This record gives sequence, structure tokens and C-alpha cells, in this order.
Amino acid sequence: MDTRTVPLDDVRALMARATGDEKHEESTTSTLDALWVLYERILRIDPASPEGPDRDRFILSKGHGPAALYAILAAKRFFPADWLDRFLEHDGHLGGHPDRTQVPGIEASTGSLGHGLPIAVGTALGLRAKGSLEQRTIVLCGDAELNEGSNWEAILLAPQRKLGNLTLLVIDNHSSILTMQPWPERIGSFGWDVRVVDGHDHDALERALGVRHDDVPTAVIADVPEGEW
Amino acid sequence: MRDMRQAFGTTVSDLLEHDDRVAVVLAEISTSYFEHATAALPDRVINVGIMEQTMVGVAAGFAMEGFLPIAHSLSPFMAERAYEQLKVDFGYQGLGGTFVGVGGSYDYASSGGTHHAPADVGVMLGIPGMEVLIPGNGDEMDALLRSTYANGSPTYIRAGVATNAETHPSMPGHIDVIRRGSEATVLAIGPMLDRTVAACDGLDVTVAYTTSLRPFDVARLAAIAGAAPVLVTVEPFYEGTAAPVVTAAFGDRPVRYVSIGVPRAFIHAYGEPEDLDADVGLDVAGIRRRIGAVVMR
Repeated sequence: MDTRTVPLDDVRALMARATGDEKHEESTTSTLDALWVLYERILRIDPASPEGPDRDRFILSKGHGPAALYAILAAKRFFPADWLDRFLEHDGHLGGHPDRTQVPGIEASTGSLGHGLPIAVGTALGLRAKGSLEQRTIVLCGDAELNEGSNWEAILLAPQRKLGNLTLLVIDNHSSILTMQPWPERIGSFGWDVRVVDGHDHDALERALGVRHDDVPTAVIADVPEGEW
Repeated sequence: MRDMRQAFGTTVSDLLEHDDRVAVVLAEISTSYFEHATAALPDRVINVGIMEQTMVGVAAGFAMEGFLPIAHSLSPFMAERAYEQLKVDFGYQGLGGTFVGVGGSYDYASSGGTHHAPADVGVMLGIPGMEVLIPGNGDEMDALLRSTYANGSPTYIRAGVATNAETHPSMPGHIDVIRRGSEATVLAIGPMLDRTVAACDGLDVTVAYTTSLRPFDVARLAAIAGAAPVLVTVEPFYEGTAAPVVTAAFGDRPVRYVSIGVPRAFIHAYGEPEDLDADVGLDVAGIRRRIGAVVMR
């Protein structure tokens, strides 16, 4: 497996190739640190074999603003970096929401909010059913995305299925019109282990995302400042 | 004759036992058919509770892990409640899965309109790549399930309450000729066959039968129809649902087309399905009236 490390500044530079100065998107940058920690320190995915059965599964449920993920995947050489130059363009491969049928390393086609977490419960159950007990499923949602009721179906279901191989990562940039906090009381009451961390603190993110229980799913809330782009 | 729902339970239990790629995801409906399988195969038989969106999402996750998921609920909740999950999680993502809706149209007549789903087949046809199958009895349900559960495509199978007495060869895309005539081609879909044959008694018409709207063999329908000037479909769902499918067989000549199906209006009456059939003209007398109006005697 290619385990080369990629400095965060290199990822930022690649991201700029995709977005340009005029295309900065709030949801993209609020996720960058967490995504970088995931791909540098947590997820075991071989860029040369992005569908390999031994990989960890990562689903970007909050599919809007995927430039940070595209930049990391390009940095890790899942696909050529020059794909970034044609982000959103007609002859390009990288759309405004990730498409699993077009982009190596994209696990799920998302963009319609509230789909990723139920799918992630399914992959976690599927991994268990085929005896792949080492692999994890990690799904990233936004705080406002969790307005969607389908997420709360899955939040109710996952602990009762004892999915210790499932981690929900919420990027909380306080964009929800409805109050979602306090997370530990709310999601925790369904039976999850909930940890709130500074969404820009790499070591804190690594510690929280590294937690994996046998039979209790984990929710990591990455708090970032309100309005952060 | 087994009913279609029971056949679904029996056949899927058998598939679970003999093919370890099969995973069943339920939302509280029909769980009694799977008590044994749930005990024997708890990792591949998942009752998620009453949450159809998550039922379909979970099924998609299983498909992404290489399983052949089968999800099931009452038709309004299988086809309509979770429609966007079927569209995106399966259709757009290019995943295979089997979705069995029980109780189409007004099969649960006395339950009222919340439990009616005459739009189910129409909305499923709206998802590119979704195969849409309408068996006519339990044995045809069995045959269609076995021939499609591993087909790699999203597939909707409608388990109705009404059944035909005889079993016909039932394969995706197949059209069977029941009897020959010259004035019209009457295509009966799924459980409409027996009443259509009865309604056509004494009329000079061809009666054909299919359990499959996608795939659909337009060349075979055109060949069966020959020069007959009238095409009639008898559909157990909203009238006109089959129109874009069957009329594609007549791109090279004019044909008078009549769809006999469930009128596009909400129903606020109760009773048995047969009562509502009579109300909307989907009983033998109503079908004969409609066909008789367009063929000469």
C-alpha cells in the first residue's frame, strides 16, 4: 500500500487548482483538516486499489463542497492531479457532488442530504456479515445535514445493531437553522459514544477518530467556527 | 395456489439459505415469513424497524459490499416513501437490488388511500435501469425472483393480492400469446389475465400476457399484433402506465390504443378489492364494456 504522507499545504495548493480564489466554498474548507487527518492517519485505503476488499470505507455524505476531498485523493494519487483543473467543467471528471461511478476513491454518490449515514449502516452491516471485522466505515455529515430525518433513523438503528465498526463524523460549522447542540446528550441518548473536538486540532481529531469499540458506534463532532468557509 | 406474498417469503428464505450473497432488509412488514431465517442468519436478515428510507439505504450499503439485497414493504412505502433512496442509492449509483412491494393499487381496499399504491409501477419506471415486474400468481413470483435476484440491476417486483389460476412462462421481457384473434391485441398485465380472458370471451381478439414492463420486447409485441388495428392494455395500476412502453412497438404504423386501468383519482371507498374493481371498471364486465366499444362484433 502507498503510505506516502502529504503535507497539508500541498493539499491546499491542489485545492486551489480546483476552486480558484473565486470559487471558495464554506463547506469545503471546514472539512479540510478532518479529511486530512482521516486520509493521513486513520483510513487504510490503498490508492492503487481503491476498491480493494480490505480497505476502510469512507463516505462523504455531505456531498456538497467536495473540493477538499478531491484534493486529498489527488494528493494520494487516486487519480491524476490535472483532473482538478477541470473541476465542474463539462469535459472534466469531478462534479459538484461526488460520483462513485466516475471517480476512483469515491465510495458513494452523494449530494442529496441524509443518504450517506443509512448507506454507511448498510456497509457496516455488510462488512460484518462477510466477516470483515477489521474494516471500519466512517461517514462525514454536516450539522445542518442532520436536520434530515433519515439520519435519525440510522442514528436510532446503529447502536441497536451494535455497530462498533461505524463512525459518524459531524463537521459542525453551526450552519443549521435549528439548534443541534448539545451533541453528546442528543446523539448519545441513542447509545453512541459521542466526542466533541476542535475541528482544526489534528491530534484531537486523530485521537477521537481512532476510537473503535467492539459494539458501540462512535460519533465525532468536529467543531469549527460559525460561518467558516 | 400460493399467494404472491407467501411465495415471496418462501422463495426468498430459500435463496437466503442457498446463496450467501443474499441479504434481506425489512421494515417490520412480513417479518413472520423470516423468523427461521432471522434466527439462522442474523447477519443477513435485518429488520430495521419502521424506517423505509433507511431500509433502502442499508440495502444499498449491502450491495456496495457485494451482497444481493432484497428489500420489502407494502407498496406505498416500498415504492413511494423511499423513492429518492431507490433513485439515488441504487439507480444513480448503479447498484443491483430487489424491491418487492406487496399490495399494489387498492389491494388493501379497506385500509383506505394511505395504503393504496396505483402509482407504484409508474414511478418505478421513472428510474432509469429499474426493471419492473408484475407476476400474476405465486408461482410466477417465485420464477421472477429466482431469475432476477442476481441480475445486477435494481428490480421492482409487485406482489398483488389477485392471482391468475394458471401459471404462464414468466421471464423478464417475455410476452405469452394466450389466444389468437384479428380485430385487436389485448395485452393483459400480471393479475389482470384471468378477468381479461373472461372479458374477451366471444370477441375476435388476440389476448397476450406479460409480467414484465421493463425489460419489454417491443419487437415481439409488434409481431404478435400483426395488422390488428387496435391495441388494448389491461393494467392493474394507473391507466396509461404501460402506454410509453407498449406504444413504442408501433412506431411504423398507426394503431388505436386503449388503456384500461385504475383511474387517476383518489379513492375514498372501502370494502374488498373486488368492490373497488367494480367501481372503477376493472372487473370482467367493465373490461368487456371498454374492449367491446372499440372492436366490431
